[in-house]
Amino acid sequence: MSAPEILWQNVRPLFDALPVTLAVLGLLLVVGLTLGAVLAFAQTYGRRLLRHFCVGYEQLFRGIPPLLVLVIYWGILQSYGTPRILVAALALGMRSAAYQSQIFRGAIQAVPPGQMMAARSLGMSRIQAIRSVILPQAFRLAIPPWSNEYSSVVKDTAFICVIGGLIDLTRQAFMKLAPLSMLRPIGTQLILPYLIILGLFYLALTYGGNGLLALLERRLRIPGFEMKGKVER
Amino acid sequence: MTIFEFAGSVMPRFLQAFVVTLELTAVGIGAGLLLGLLLALTRVYANRVLSGIANVYIQFMRGTPLVIQVLVIYFGLPPYFKAMGLKPLSSLAAGCIAMALNSAAYQAEYIRGAIQAISSGQMQAARSMGMTKTQAVRHVILPQALRIVLPSWSNELIYTLLYSSTVYFIGLEELSYASMKVAAKTGRVLDSYIIAGVMYLIMVVLLSRILAYAETRLRIPGLSIEERGR
Amino acid sequence: MPAGKEGHLGDVILRVEDLHKRYGKDEVLKGVSLELRRGETKVIIGPSGTGKSTLLRCINQLSVPDKGRVWLEGVEITHARTNINHIRAQVGFVFQDFNLFSHLTALHNVSLGLIRVRKMAKGAALERAREELARVGLAEKACSYPAELSGGQKQRVSIARALAMDPKLILFDEPTSALDPELIGEVLEVMIQLACGGMTMIVVSHEMGFARAVADKIIFMEGGGILEEGTPTELFTCPRCERTGQFLRKITELYGETDGA
Repeated sequence: MSAPEILWQNVRPLFDALPVTLAVLGLLLVVGLTLGAVLAFAQTYGRRLLRHFCVGYEQLFRGIPPLLVLVIYWGILQSYGTPRILVAALALGMRSAAYQSQIFRGAIQAVPPGQMMAARSLGMSRIQAIRSVILPQAFRLAIPPWSNEYSSVVKDTAFICVIGGLIDLTRQAFMKLAPLSMLRPIGTQLILPYLIILGLFYLALTYGGNGLLALLERRLRIPGFEMKGKVER
Repeated sequence: MTIFEFAGSVMPRFLQAFVVTLELTAVGIGAGLLLGLLLALTRVYANRVLSGIANVYIQFMRGTPLVIQVLVIYFGLPPYFKAMGLKPLSSLAAGCIAMALNSAAYQAEYIRGAIQAISSGQMQAARSMGMTKTQAVRHVILPQALRIVLPSWSNELIYTLLYSSTVYFIGLEELSYASMKVAAKTGRVLDSYIIAGVMYLIMVVLLSRILAYAETRLRIPGLSIEERGR
Repeated sequence: MPAGKEGHLGDVILRVEDLHKRYGKDEVLKGVSLELRRGETKVIIGPSGTGKSTLLRCINQLSVPDKGRVWLEGVEITHARTNINHIRAQVGFVFQDFNLFSHLTALHNVSLGLIRVRKMAKGAALERAREELARVGLAEKACSYPAELSGGQKQRVSIARALAMDPKLILFDEPTSALDPELIGEVLEVMIQLACGGMTMIVVSHEMGFARAVADKIIFMEGGGILEEGTPTELFTCPRCERTGQFLRKITELYGETDGA
């Protein structure tokens, strides 16, 4: 068989493994977004005890390797029969929440304080002000950094195969490395291009997602609205 | 056995593995800084071709998982080395190289951002004094850029420390892998992981404190990426 | 009574009694008291940092005073049980930095308060918003975003936003200080119209022409306290305090006489 044919034979199964990666990616983003938003709010507007809890949560999940988080969650949830995809999504999602919380908090705080003052001085309650004035602006400000977090998270999904039995893109490719290297004479030399193709899968996910986010940003764009307040004249 | 006694029994092995972790981190961030600086300067000051090549490298390394890069260095490249008559790489060497190449891409972007955040007036003032471009970069731009980049660099250091666990995929026993092996061997799954986790956390907190201190010591009044106004 | 003002002054609508406020070590307000009647316009002048803005903010509780009380139409604002949102809906506030809601068009900026606070129906709110924008001369800018407006236009929208709430009085915190000189006029024009139309106002400003034209009383503040209060004529011709005269002379030199009428 020729080199391209061999490559293609090994690339085909990657498409079968793709749904696993996508499923974990999607679920973990949902978990991370919801939990991250809750944490951001709790830390910005909550009481002292709540704030300390949020800080502790963030420091915990940002101080441990993603590999270890996955392995810990699997260690705990395995005996409950939780599906592997869910465990991976929960582990990485809760970790992402720690980072997303910081993004959302930054966005909320980047809204100039004058906006809240103006809203309150009209007679709006704090909640009304947050809903109608702060959130719409914070949401737009959060999109670029969230895009970064998305890219980061796509790459983190490569770790999920540490959960035994979970066949994602990387695990699938990894399983093909040994058989490939057995193929003389050129098998071992095909490993490099094979891995590059695997990399392209992830690049596609990253750029695809970022592209959608850029589209969203453009749709929501407000003329002249930017992160740093200009001194208006 | 309580968890503390257990910790005592596994500590020699964990510490040995932790040394591997630290080696990977140190080489990764150190070599990554040098290469990253080079890439950043290329991106900002070199001609379009070189800048473009640097950019392709950066985009690829930042866009693909570290796992794949480690696999490439350990499995993908050596077959080509054999043809060139070079020795195959040890897993430690491969791990270090991969981490350095990866970190370089990220650091390059942070440094580039910092350089471009410095107002053009700085370069103009330096040149109008008679400095060459190189002198200006060395004595005016970089000192400021490296201070601006410090927060991002601190983040990168933590990332490198945590992501060193990626070498699990090439069978190198760093801290996470050690805890997994011990867990499997002794059956004390959570205990192992918690001990490893605590060790990572302590390291992260320690590094953060040191870096925060460094930041305050190196701070120049009025110079920060936010208050860049004239 | 300044020329051009119609109507007579009514009952006392706002009373401020002995306000104290400190930020850290600085006591910014050292026992300030004043009264405001319906239809009255008072202009507060004084050196920077003497607590003029803080005074305004203490009135609508954007800053909470350490000591002292404020009443609006007999209702004590500073009382713990008072619903502050309710009060704020009746007191308009115009900021030095405009603080327009950057994510909304001019029209929606003006109507937001009506919809959320007054609970008006959207259609009616937008209608009213259009009226107010027309009143400040910006009907055609209804669909523009704040970033697309000049400073003077932004401030006028912000005045429209305050007016739409049918406030009992409006507080102006240095409304023209952030504007380029050529844009100040359009904002002052709107404010003069308001004053002549009987709106109750407190204005912190350096615009002497404006003060002379429409102020019923000018208040001179320095060092956290009110040094003197009097009609424009009194203050300009025979002020009781040395400092008042000094300050007025300096200000008139610096800013000149703005043609306000």
